[in-house]
Amino acid sequence: MKDQQKISPPRWAQQLLSWYCRPELLEDLQGDLNEYFHRNVKSVGVKKARLIYALDVLKFCRSYTIRKPGFPNFIQPNMLASYIKISGRSILRNRLFSTINIAGLAISMAVGLVMIGLLSDMYQYDKFHVNHDRIYRVVSQHRYLDQEDKSLYASTSLRAAKVIDESVPGIDEMAILYRGFDGDIKSGQQTIPLTGFWAGGSFFSVFTFPMIAGDPATALAKPYSVVLTVTSAKKLFGNTDPMGKRLIRAGQASDEEYTVTGVIKDIPVFSHVRFDILASLGTRELTQKGNPNEMSWVNMWNTYVYLLLPEGADPENIQRTLTKVSLKENKTIENTTIKLSLQPMSEIALGEDLNNSIGPVMTSSSVRVIGILSVIVILSACFNYTNLSIARSLRRSREVGIRKMVGALKTHVLGQFMVEAIIIALFALTLSFAIFVLLKPYFLSLNNQYSQMLLLDLSPRTILYFLLFAILVGILAGLFPALFFSRLNTIQVLKNISPVRGFRSAGIRQGLIVAQFTISLMFIAATITGYKHYKHVLAFDLGFETENMLNIELYDNKADLLKKELSEIPEVKGVSSSSIVTSLGNYFGTTIKYTDPQDSAFVHYSAIDEHYLSLHGHKLLAGRNFNSQHKTAGTDEVIVNEKVLKRFNIGDHRPQNAIGEFITVNGKKMKITAVVKDFHYGKSIDNEIKEFIFRFSPDGGRYINAKIISMDWPATLSKIQTAWKKIDTVHPLEATFYDDQIEQSYADFSARIKVIGSLSFLAICIASIGLLGMVVFTTEIRLKEISIRKVLGATEATLVFMLSRGFFTLMGIAVLIALPTTHFFFTGYVLDEYAEHAPLALSELSIGVISLMGLALLLVCSQTLKVARANPADVLKNE
Amino acid sequence: MKGTNLGEFEELVLLTIASLVNEAYSVGICDELEKHTGRVAKLGVVHAVLNRLEEKGLVKSKLGEATNVRGGKRKRYYSITSAGKAAVLKAKEVRDQLWSIIPEIALKNI
Repeated sequence: MKDQQKISPPRWAQQLLSWYCRPELLEDLQGDLNEYFHRNVKSVGVKKARLIYALDVLKFCRSYTIRKPGFPNFIQPNMLASYIKISGRSILRNRLFSTINIAGLAISMAVGLVMIGLLSDMYQYDKFHVNHDRIYRVVSQHRYLDQEDKSLYASTSLRAAKVIDESVPGIDEMAILYRGFDGDIKSGQQTIPLTGFWAGGSFFSVFTFPMIAGDPATALAKPYSVVLTVTSAKKLFGNTDPMGKRLIRAGQASDEEYTVTGVIKDIPVFSHVRFDILASLGTRELTQKGNPNEMSWVNMWNTYVYLLLPEGADPENIQRTLTKVSLKENKTIENTTIKLSLQPMSEIALGEDLNNSIGPVMTSSSVRVIGILSVIVILSACFNYTNLSIARSLRRSREVGIRKMVGALKTHVLGQFMVEAIIIALFALTLSFAIFVLLKPYFLSLNNQYSQMLLLDLSPRTILYFLLFAILVGILAGLFPALFFSRLNTIQVLKNISPVRGFRSAGIRQGLIVAQFTISLMFIAATITGYKHYKHVLAFDLGFETENMLNIELYDNKADLLKKELSEIPEVKGVSSSSIVTSLGNYFGTTIKYTDPQDSAFVHYSAIDEHYLSLHGHKLLAGRNFNSQHKTAGTDEVIVNEKVLKRFNIGDHRPQNAIGEFITVNGKKMKITAVVKDFHYGKSIDNEIKEFIFRFSPDGGRYINAKIISMDWPATLSKIQTAWKKIDTVHPLEATFYDDQIEQSYADFSARIKVIGSLSFLAICIASIGLLGMVVFTTEIRLKEISIRKVLGATEATLVFMLSRGFFTLMGIAVLIALPTTHFFFTGYVLDEYAEHAPLALSELSIGVISLMGLALLLVCSQTLKVARANPADVLKNE
Repeated sequence: MKGTNLGEFEELVLLTIASLVNEAYSVGICDELEKHTGRVAKLGVVHAVLNRLEEKGLVKSKLGEATNVRGGKRKRYYSITSAGKAAVLKAKEVRDQLWSIIPEIALKNI
């Protein structure tokens, strides 16, 4: 018998043949190959014959032998009703397992639904433009000398727009936006702050913003014309017709008068270009006449250029011309190189986070991270289903045996179990939908960005996606058990009622449990590490004081007026002004030189008044503060940090020696009057400290910093409100505590931690539910064994130990896998990105591990104890 | 379909099927071809040609009885159809015609 076995062709080749070959050709072909095989065995030996057989099978894989791909035949319409009926019965019969499966899947699927909502929102961005697939944005890469900073800017220069218009062929239309048409707009009776752009080119041909009144072709043609959205028109003019009405905007020199030439529908939510008002770009040509900077190649911070390419055009061609143009234009400027490139419209809202972006951006990497994490959670729930189904195989296997005996094919059994899994997944969908509705507001409030960008609204399309998703999850969860059951051997199953069959797959089940707990542990570790890092960042010593500091946005009001008003409030202990609020990720930059005219450096700076340094507790290493008596301090005095001394080797790095030295700031010679100790002016975790200077500008501040010592904050706030109202009646007071601002600037980070934290909570829930199911099952089938042991004198403790031992070995393995991996991942990749980070302590991780183990212990022990306490007589008498 | 013109190998296979009468199945055809032509006839090639001939309607096939030699698999027996017969006759006719117009002297001195 064994010899016979040996001289058969390779099994895999036979299976491959019968898999790919058309049924009508199969038998003959198999016969032919067998005949040759037997001949070859005689002539060249078994081994070679097997090889030839295998090669022949591969060779026969030709167009005429290959089976046409057909509809998977396990879902046969006439059997479907029976599948559903049987599934329903089986679900009802095993209420505990069905509940566990549905609950686990529902929790994980809720995450999936949020993910689907998010993705479908993100992919809808900018799709309302009729020509959305042909619109490209011109973005710039700015490089100063050989600085490392090669980051891309979403903006470009007005000059670039002009050059492209003149010398780049193959473009249908071009739209130009210039940001900053913000401010208070006055219409006869109303004054309302609006934000918008100067817009030029053929704005309305590139973008689809339907016009209610006015002619899109000419609305923005003349200088001093504006287009309003319906909402802003209502605000300004009420219900009267706004067309042709006058609007006043405070300009740089004098008030400017505009005429309303068009009204468009409100901007759709899923648009990255958002505005209340558009003014014609031609206006700038008049107001900025004589400003050499306006049309310079380096002034690439405010203009946004969108190109509409002809249908079927290759953006590569345009890109090549753009590169050429950039090279040519770079010759007109010194020290800086700017490279233009094209960015498709579809990659604006969901893509890279460019500098100077208008409108919110979600980086595709962060979407990917959340996506991968949710897939992991969903898989974890699928594991539960797989695990429990196979664990219960003992009970279902006889059903399968009888099915097969009365004539069911493998595919029928497969179909039965797939349908069951899909039904469970659909039940889970209804539950998870409820969770989704509850979860939605929470998710949107995680992050400002989310609430600005996303709606997560339901549409027929998303509901269809939800259904498809549920079916996919069902298939994913059910495939493995279905394959397992369909492969059962009828005779063995019916003959042999011992549980051997069920335990053969113990390895897989244990593997899945280990995987689940490893995932949960990794999530916990990631959350703890992230949270610790976040706390570390917030408590980080920036090198100056931020406590009780209230930063008030000035808008265009006079700093002196507000300072005077504020200093009359007793709770305000000190007031200063500055041009930026440092450490929030805002920067202002300029270039400085020392003695060598060739050697210049880029520095960040802030313009402050004489109270700023003392109020914020900056330490002066040498020299004196700015003096308000010194009238020209704004133009000839500067305070530098230590890094500047290092950069230019001023006074041998000794602060005392540097006092009185001159540096050239933005072309003007200035005397160093003091050296300030290095402090973190950038976002503390991202950046290392670099060169920084303070300049004196007592009335150029954009923020007022007020030190508040107050026992009754609401009262103080209302006093500040009254002071503000005296100065500015248009803008509401924008005052935030410094510490809160720092916290807000890390909102993205904290949102990420919250997402991971919530996911880890879900992962733990799912893993626990799964563990519970497994424990219930294992104890149930060992009930008789336990009872006999008990009769023979085993104590409850030994029984509990015996039952739970296996599970704890698995937990141990999970810990051994999860902790080193997470540790390696965090130290190697994540934290490396941050200049300053909290050390990773194993002690905190072990708290997470121990609490998870405690939870598992509770689950396992409660179940095993229940079984161990059962009266053996009750169990055994049933037999 | 590429018309009823026969390739050289197709013609050989057709003739072999005709000569084997009731015993024409794939492996048998291979063996017979090898015996008469002296060149190795690969099963894959023969199989493909048989398939093509059947598509063209020159041969027809039916499954025979199961035998032990082939691991219990049935043979597919091929027989020539009238269209097949016409095709080989036509091929023969063309050849005969060509032969008849070759002057004897032309081949003598080569």
